Amino acid sequence: MTNPIVEIRNLSKSYRRGDQIIPVLTDISLTIDEGDFLALMGPSGSGKSTLMNLIAGIDTPDSGSIRVAGVDIAALSESALAAWRANHIGFVFQFYNLMPVLTAYENVELPLLLTALSRRERKERAELVLDLVGLTDRMDHYPSQLSGGQQQRVAIARALVADPTMIVADEPTGDLDRVSAEEILALAERLNMELGKTIIMVTHDQRAAAKAHCIRHLDKGVLDEVVETMD
Amino acid sequence: MLGLFRLAVRNALRHKLRTGLTVLGIIVATMAFGLLRTVVDAWYAGADATSANRLVTRNAISLMFDLPLSYRNKIRQAEGVESVSYANWFGGIYIDEKNFFPQFAIDAASYLDLYPEYILSEEEKRAFMRDRQGAIAGRKLAEEYGWKVGDIIPIRGTIYAGNWSFVLRGIYRGADKKTDQTQFFFHWDNLNETVKKREPNRADKVGVYIVSIRDSGRAAEISKEIDAVFANSLAETLTETEKAFQLGFVAMTEAIVIAIEIVSIVIIGIIMAVMANTMAMSARERVREYATMKALGFGPRHLVVLIFAESLTISLSAALAGIALIFPAADFFASKVGTLFPVFNVSEQTLWMAFAAATCIGVVAAVFPAWRAATGSITKGLGSIG
Repeated sequence: MTNPIVEIRNLSKSYRRGDQIIPVLTDISLTIDEGDFLALMGPSGSGKSTLMNLIAGIDTPDSGSIRVAGVDIAALSESALAAWRANHIGFVFQFYNLMPVLTAYENVELPLLLTALSRRERKERAELVLDLVGLTDRMDHYPSQLSGGQQQRVAIARALVADPTMIVADEPTGDLDRVSAEEILALAERLNMELGKTIIMVTHDQRAAAKAHCIRHLDKGVLDEVVETMD
Repeated sequence: MLGLFRLAVRNALRHKLRTGLTVLGIIVATMAFGLLRTVVDAWYAGADATSANRLVTRNAISLMFDLPLSYRNKIRQAEGVESVSYANWFGGIYIDEKNFFPQFAIDAASYLDLYPEYILSEEEKRAFMRDRQGAIAGRKLAEEYGWKVGDIIPIRGTIYAGNWSFVLRGIYRGADKKTDQTQFFFHWDNLNETVKKREPNRADKVGVYIVSIRDSGRAAEISKEIDAVFANSLAETLTETEKAFQLGFVAMTEAIVIAIEIVSIVIIGIIMAVMANTMAMSARERVREYATMKALGFGPRHLVVLIFAESLTISLSAALAGIALIFPAADFFASKVGTLFPVFNVSEQTLWMAFAAATCIGVVAAVFPAWRAATGSITKGLGSIG
């Protein structure tokens, strides 16, 4: 018996472009269980990144509710939402989004600056996750001195370091060659299997999606009822 | 917060050429600002060096007109007056017209008593008092022209015609940095005796009386009392504090002072725009990074701190270098203008003003980028809509 960690009910979101209102998500209802590995697929503009952003609390819905780990995040203020993200969400982006002026170690340490941890504790944690992603020997390198795959592993370590409730990944293999993509997906699988992290991954790549437990498809803002289970 | 400051400093050094040029601009602006403020201060230095216990009595019509020597005793009788001295502006030329410095014929004993800030050795003072042809000069003036005690100083008279020569009997130094050390004093008796021979109708006339009072709080009252004594006479007087008297000279050239002050503010305004442009460009380039930080849980407050810290790191580090350079720049300027500015010291107030201006530059330049970063949408910053 697993607990639902994300509960979305009748969620809608639209954007305004000039005088036009463009619906992006329409009446979405979705439940994601704790420890799940969900792949969100769909063509460009289908609303999959928007849905992930809403779950991660970096965007707000027009209507409907999103409960993540029991918290109605749509009701939180901006500062409360920022604090909530720091505690509950680990982000992995397509283009890694590392700070170019910080070393791999400093990038991983960055989310911990928001915690009350001491410098020594931060160091221990950062080194632990860098070891987990296999980059202990690269911790003093700047992003420009790392390959794409290594940068994405640093980004995963950064997503993991604060021990979040779930990890959201937006096209994490989109900018990588095949070998690096395989490594990243294997790492994501390991995080899910061994550490029990809930992962929501937006992807175009069928091979990447195949690593997830289940795949949901979005098209023109509507969630397909069919749940593709990979087990 | 320490981690954020580390990030701010690294961000500041990210575009070395751009930051370097901005820093250079702020250094030059701070130095120029400090130098111009020092020029303004130098303009007012005469007024700043005055004593609240000294009044100056002059002819009410104009400084161009003299007062009778006989006024001295009447002034001395006014309630609250301690002592009275007098002096005449000589206005002579030393070798060439470009060699300008103030020359005064003074009643030596009383004058030096009234101005204890002009420090002479006892030996030099005695030598000066003994020699009617004698003169004393300030240290800076003597250094400027390479004078030594015993030198003969030839001066061509303009107000008092003829060739005059004086024997330098002493070189005074100032009690503090504010003291004017570019003046030349000689005996009023010497002047008066010569004038008696050459132009008898100009004899026994005094340019200004310097009046020492016991209580500076009664300056206005005593001034009125002195002027009342000579009301309706042929030479009515105007008595004012020494500071007001000196400020009267500054007022004659106030337009120049105002122009210098405006230029110093304009310099800060220009560099503020340059710095604001640097910060705006930097912030625009980092929209994705700020959005990433917000996604990671950093709030608007953190981004505001980050951007302000970067801006202030640039402006204040440059300002410190600029402030350090004010001193050699002021020394160089003072050496070039010679005795034009008797006192040319970089004041503590000028340094604080330069520092405050640099802080202001840093703060103003950061306001708009910080506001944009704090209020910008995360999804737009990440470019992840769809």
